[in-house]
Amino acid sequence: MWNVAFAELRKLRRPSLFFGTMGAVVFFSALFSALLFLLIDSPQGNSDRGRMVGRPILSLATGGVQGFSSVGGFLGIIALCVFAAQTAQEYTYGTLRNLLVRQPGRLRILLGKLIAMKIFALVMIVLSAVVSISTSVLLAPGAKVPTDLWFNADGRHAIFTTFINVLISVIGFGIIGMVLGLLLRSPISAISLGVLWLLIVENLLIAVKSSLQSWLPGAQLSAIATGAESARNVAGVTYTHALVVGGMYVAIGAAVASFLFVRRDVAN
Amino acid sequence: MSNTAISVIDLSKRYGEQVAVSHATFEVPLGTICGFVGPNGSGKTTTMRMLLGLISPTGGTGEILGESIKHPEKYLPRVGAMIEGPAFYPALSGKENLNVLATLGGFPLDRVQGLLEQVGLGDRGKSKFKTYSLGMKQRLGIAAALLPNPKLLMLDEPTNGLDPEGIQEVRALLRSLANDGTSVFVSSHLLSELELISDYLVMLRKGEVVFTGKMSDLMLSQQPVIIAKSINESDLVKLLAIAEQAGHAATIRDGAVHVQGPADWAHNFNRAAFDAGITLSQLTPQLPNLEETFFEMTGDK
Repeated sequence: MWNVAFAELRKLRRPSLFFGTMGAVVFFSALFSALLFLLIDSPQGNSDRGRMVGRPILSLATGGVQGFSSVGGFLGIIALCVFAAQTAQEYTYGTLRNLLVRQPGRLRILLGKLIAMKIFALVMIVLSAVVSISTSVLLAPGAKVPTDLWFNADGRHAIFTTFINVLISVIGFGIIGMVLGLLLRSPISAISLGVLWLLIVENLLIAVKSSLQSWLPGAQLSAIATGAESARNVAGVTYTHALVVGGMYVAIGAAVASFLFVRRDVAN
Repeated sequence: MSNTAISVIDLSKRYGEQVAVSHATFEVPLGTICGFVGPNGSGKTTTMRMLLGLISPTGGTGEILGESIKHPEKYLPRVGAMIEGPAFYPALSGKENLNVLATLGGFPLDRVQGLLEQVGLGDRGKSKFKTYSLGMKQRLGIAAALLPNPKLLMLDEPTNGLDPEGIQEVRALLRSLANDGTSVFVSSHLLSELELISDYLVMLRKGEVVFTGKMSDLMLSQQPVIIAKSINESDLVKLLAIAEQAGHAATIRDGAVHVQGPADWAHNFNRAAFDAGITLSQLTPQLPNLEETFFEMTGDK
């Protein structure tokens, strides 16, 4: 299993993939955090969907991670794309047969890949946290936001819990990407379907019937990233509910995809 | 310890109503080169996939290096394979692709450069796979198959896309591996290639094994052909009649009469032609080659 993980990391560290992904992470992390402070007095709002996050909120111990938690959903989409592509490309390139000849334990292949991609996601999230919090620290004085509470005991706890929430959310999105990759066996189809569902279909469904927000997978994973405090959380989804429902989606998807992966003939 | 590298009994694979492989039974002795031949769609690749644990048989049993094919994890660390052409990550270099597979299989990374040199890619290892020619991709596929220092090498069309020099190198490589005790199971549509290197042969047609055994036994079992040409082409019909009157099957092809019969009948044929006033310009007894034998056995031509 560890051999699979190390082999997978060799693929994930290739410059175009690694630096391309990390570049996107840096850009969006800096952008989300910067807009919080640069648009603090804007009547159109300074956070997602026109939400106003004012000085009183940003001055709290959780103020330093407001930008980081907002970008969590975006990191999830990036993880979904990377996980889906890395899984489905084994079918399109025909490299799956090489993997299975060298490591016939199919569940080991899946677990090894998952470990490697989790490490990749962890690097993404650490980078995002550093960029996001640094951007906030740099821009807070200009926006007249005090940062005294950001790094005291409560502040450090907020950083830790937000980090864990974003990590859970991003890995959940990533596993959904992996499941789509295994089921559809094509990177383009897996990424298209995943992104289309998360960014368009779910939002349309929630706009039509807001109670669906308590049950759709993307909404649950986004709610986990923000600690269930997002502007999208109009249905009042609790953190525990999001964790349970989101976890069930991920677990059922992973179980079905693993079963098919283990049983299915590799005929391409 | 078993003396066979591969042994299968009644191995079958069905996809719904379609039979891909039907009750295949054959053995490949250790340390030999075994050619695996059959027309497109005869079930060669499906058989190889079953032997590598990539697809499940719907019937039959088999052993590879003494281990049941139900447990590929027990024998695959000693098997090298290239199935249905080389498959690698296009954005990685040839060397990095091999490093991925070496890491996966737990093989030492310092074998990689040596293998690249062995297949003639020593100076192109750092180039991306997507920039390789078809021949270079084949060479990389062979290098990947050699990574585990295999006891059994299974190659599907390894000379595809190679130039004549490359084909000769692959032939020499396979022979040297067999001389060192590696068993080689190789499929190719270039029957002349297999004829040159194979000790054993497994012949498939429509999913069924039509011959399995030593190459020499197959060739010796074939009726020789006597090829006769006359000075005057108009005499060919008379020659045909002479052969048929003597009880031998004969055809006119490519400006010559091809007679199936023992080589020592050639002098009788020559005398009969002379008595009929026909002057022969060529009289050659010859054994059919593998390609002719293959077509005769499979009835595909």
